[in-house]
Amino acid sequence: MSTIVSLPDQSTARVPKRNYLTNENGLLSWLLTGDHKRIAILYLISITFFFFIGGALAGVIRLELLTPQSDLMAADTYNKVFTMHGVVMIFLFLVPSVPATLGNFLIPIMIGAKDLAFPKINLLSWYLYLAGGAMTLAAMITGGVDTGWTFTTPMSTHFSNTNVITTGLAIFVAGFSSIFTGLNFIVTVHRMRAPGMTWFKLPLFVWAHYAASILMVLGTPVLAITLVLVVLERTIGIGVFDPTKGGDPILFQHLFWFYSHPAVYIMILPGMGVISEVISTFSRKRVFGYTAVAFSSVAIAVFGFFVWAHHMFIMGVSNYAVLVFSLLTMLVAVPSAIKIFNWAFTLYKGSITFETPMLYAFGFMGLFTIGGLTGVFLGTSGTDIHLTETYFIVAHFHFVMVGGMLMAFLSGIHFWWPKMTGRMYPEKISQLAAVVTFIGFNFTFFPQFLLGMLGMPRRYAAYPAEFQVLNVFSTAGASILGVGYLLPMIYLVWSLKYGAIAGANPWQATGLEWQIQSPPLTENFTTIPVVTQDVYDYEWLERQKEHEVTHVG
Amino acid sequence: MSEEFQNHDPNSGHTETEQHIVGPATYGIIFAALLVGTALTIGASYLEMGAWNPVVAILIACIKATLVVLFFMHIKYSSKLMKLTVGAGLFTFLILVGMSLSDYISRAWGQW
Amino acid sequence: MDSHAVATTADAHGHEHDHPAYLRHHFVSYEQQTETASFGMWLFLLTEIMFFGGLFTAYLIYRNWYYPAFVAGSHQLSITLGSFNTLLLITSSFTMAMGVWSAETKRHKGLVWSLIATLILGIGFLGIKTVEYKEKWEKHHIPGDTFSVQSFVNPSSDAEAKAAGDKPMGLDMARKTEVYFSLYFAMTGMHALHMIIGIALLCGMLFKAVRGGYMDGNIAFVENFGLYWHFVDIVWIFLFPLLYLISRHQ
Ligand code: HEM
Ligand SMILES: [Cu+2]
Repeated sequence: MSTIVSLPDQSTARVPKRNYLTNENGLLSWLLTGDHKRIAILYLISITFFFFIGGALAGVIRLELLTPQSDLMAADTYNKVFTMHGVVMIFLFLVPSVPATLGNFLIPIMIGAKDLAFPKINLLSWYLYLAGGAMTLAAMITGGVDTGWTFTTPMSTHFSNTNVITTGLAIFVAGFSSIFTGLNFIVTVHRMRAPGMTWFKLPLFVWAHYAASILMVLGTPVLAITLVLVVLERTIGIGVFDPTKGGDPILFQHLFWFYSHPAVYIMILPGMGVISEVISTFSRKRVFGYTAVAFSSVAIAVFGFFVWAHHMFIMGVSNYAVLVFSLLTMLVAVPSAIKIFNWAFTLYKGSITFETPMLYAFGFMGLFTIGGLTGVFLGTSGTDIHLTETYFIVAHFHFVMVGGMLMAFLSGIHFWWPKMTGRMYPEKISQLAAVVTFIGFNFTFFPQFLLGMLGMPRRYAAYPAEFQVLNVFSTAGASILGVGYLLPMIYLVWSLKYGAIAGANPWQATGLEWQIQSPPLTENFTTIPVVTQDVYDYEWLERQKEHEVTHVG
Repeated sequence: MSEEFQNHDPNSGHTETEQHIVGPATYGIIFAALLVGTALTIGASYLEMGAWNPVVAILIACIKATLVVLFFMHIKYSSKLMKLTVGAGLFTFLILVGMSLSDYISRAWGQW
Repeated sequence: MDSHAVATTADAHGHEHDHPAYLRHHFVSYEQQTETASFGMWLFLLTEIMFFGGLFTAYLIYRNWYYPAFVAGSHQLSITLGSFNTLLLITSSFTMAMGVWSAETKRHKGLVWSLIATLILGIGFLGIKTVEYKEKWEKHHIPGDTFSVQSFVNPSSDAEAKAAGDKPMGLDMARKTEVYFSLYFAMTGMHALHMIIGIALLCGMLFKAVRGGYMDGNIAFVENFGLYWHFVDIVWIFLFPLLYLISRHQ
């Protein structure tokens, strides 16, 4: 298979002695750092930790569902396990996954800046994340929560006697970490661009993060106040969500989903940004319809605020609201489709190579398409009444969140690994991991669509015996998937020491981040770049290389 | 090393105008207007205007808030970006309130 | 062989021109830094708008559902105290604006006195709020187990309700006053919390100003604090008519 990888001569090449990793030493130099790249690494380590906690919980869930009876654990333990799985995966892994790691690392470099606009707030956001994470763990260890990640009232306010308050406050704190990340990105993109770096020269990765940041800044506070109200309801019994006092539990749903629908786009847009970069690089073409893809990110962010009630079709909202929100939901699928089509056109007649990031990107395109289209089924109010609260929903959001965002995350981690560490990951085994992940994923989650269609409800430890075959498939797939995730964990750590020296631009990619040394210097650029080339300008890169050769020769 | 990445004039990428300083005279006038607004809104609440009472109250509050934003918070003299930012906040706020209320209002309309 | 299109070896701190000490290394100029700071502050205020947005949504819904209870509930608040507090807060906004102007024009005394005035007015506001809360406590109008509907089913037993000429309410609607007071405490409490944070910041700023701070042109903190303070004022501008002035003519 052909490859575009071009590495420096391994016998002479070295990882540059001076870089952001070696600049300062000692634990404190990390814990007090303002460097966006170091903070990205801190985030990477912490979210990986939480990913494996969430993953272990997922394993337990699948194990319980191997048999129709609730035999591995009691039903209420099962409730706590899936709640913790959801809370950890959504608030502590998916929301910060790409933005806080890759976004943090790359956005300043991609726009030609030395750092984010507010380095201290960036660090603060990591500490808030840790505090939120620690509180979540504390809630888990001291008895858990059983409301589901959606904290549905009046369950969460009246009937649950588990750690709702601690978990709610944990999410409140983690939410502010996300707000600060988003705020930092928006200001940075507006204010810190290098001379010549106009809006339409920004990599699509930056556009996607910009859009996601808008959602973080405007959506998350509504979640915060909602959780505050839940906590107040539990502690002093204010009546805002309590029907016996005249409150309306559906108001909780409105407020919660006003955040949580946009939040699903917080969880996918940054991933879409990764995919744009990867697809362009490995087909050596400018992303087809650059402007359309850029604006579709913003459109997703804006439309994202108009559709939240599609999570509430059966909850007693008015029929007219159902109609309107159902129609608006169709609307939001349009910009998502624009992206998929444009990526497909980018591939068309491109010189495609199949390195690991590209394999994950292909996985993303297929799985996200299925996830998005099933979302349209669910947005159609009639179909939704049959499918809601079944495994169909579980399959839908795992296709977009695991098949979409997690694939994109792994794609991005592999793609920028040489930039972050200065070393390549091992190609063959990582290609294997990508394929294993894809196969495992489909085995795990495709049967769940069928289960949902057949009517298996979500969130129960036991189920009728006729559903067992498909559940066994799903559990078997999950174990394959688990292997697929453990592999990168192992070989990426291995590569830190033994990986091939990557050099500045192993992929021959065009972004500014590839024009500086790997790993970069603390200040990224010694002189602030003046951007004259276009975005994804592969001809410019060619000229650049020729220039280099004559220069050296 | 290519010519494209040469050192540059640090300010060339940023063409913001010099900051406008708002003075005591303006602040004084706005302060007075806010006091008048407060008096008006208290007075209006004692008048019988039926459905118009809340409308008038909110309208006066909006005018007062706008004055604060424009003058005390300098938005009148700020860049387009800042104006847009404030607008975006207001817009999203209205979506939250408006779309939520749309459900509550239309619930009473009953079945099709 | 490494193809660096950007120089990576030269000394990063070889700036050719003088920078003021407060210019952080990743900004090109001081203008860029202050604009950046105030833009960041505005984005933070957007999150605040949405934060209060949830409460306003709840308020509007329940006010429409339980209008009589909201009217009766609002009659329990003292217009005099509410208006006086509004006066304090608006004045403090004005003094804060004067503080920003003093900092901008490098008037040391002006800054210090403006901050002192703002501080006193802010503390005054909280003091009056405490008096109001205390009265609610004594009359069992705090939502929760101790909440009592006495003043609403039997208005003649209650001075405020009697003064406002309230008619006795059915128990069903009377109990909805708890929703009113829930929102009253959630909204004014959240607002008061913002005031307390503001006052803490104000103290720190005053401390620095007294010792000659903010006279070197580095006034981003004063300006951004001003934005925050005015925002808190705006929230009150809405809370006052919504909570205190519901239909005083009935
Ligand atoms: C492409 C357009 C999409 C559409 C039209 C769509 C539509 C829907 C609808 C209508 C529901 C509610 C189903 C119900 O509760 O009955 C739903 C649930 C869900 N969707 Fe999507 N969706 C889309 C994309 C996404 C994306 C990109 C994500 C995340 C990355 C996502 C995550 C979720 C989650 C987590 C739930 C379930 C929440 C819960 O009840 O626990 N969706 N989707
Ligand atoms: Cu949704």
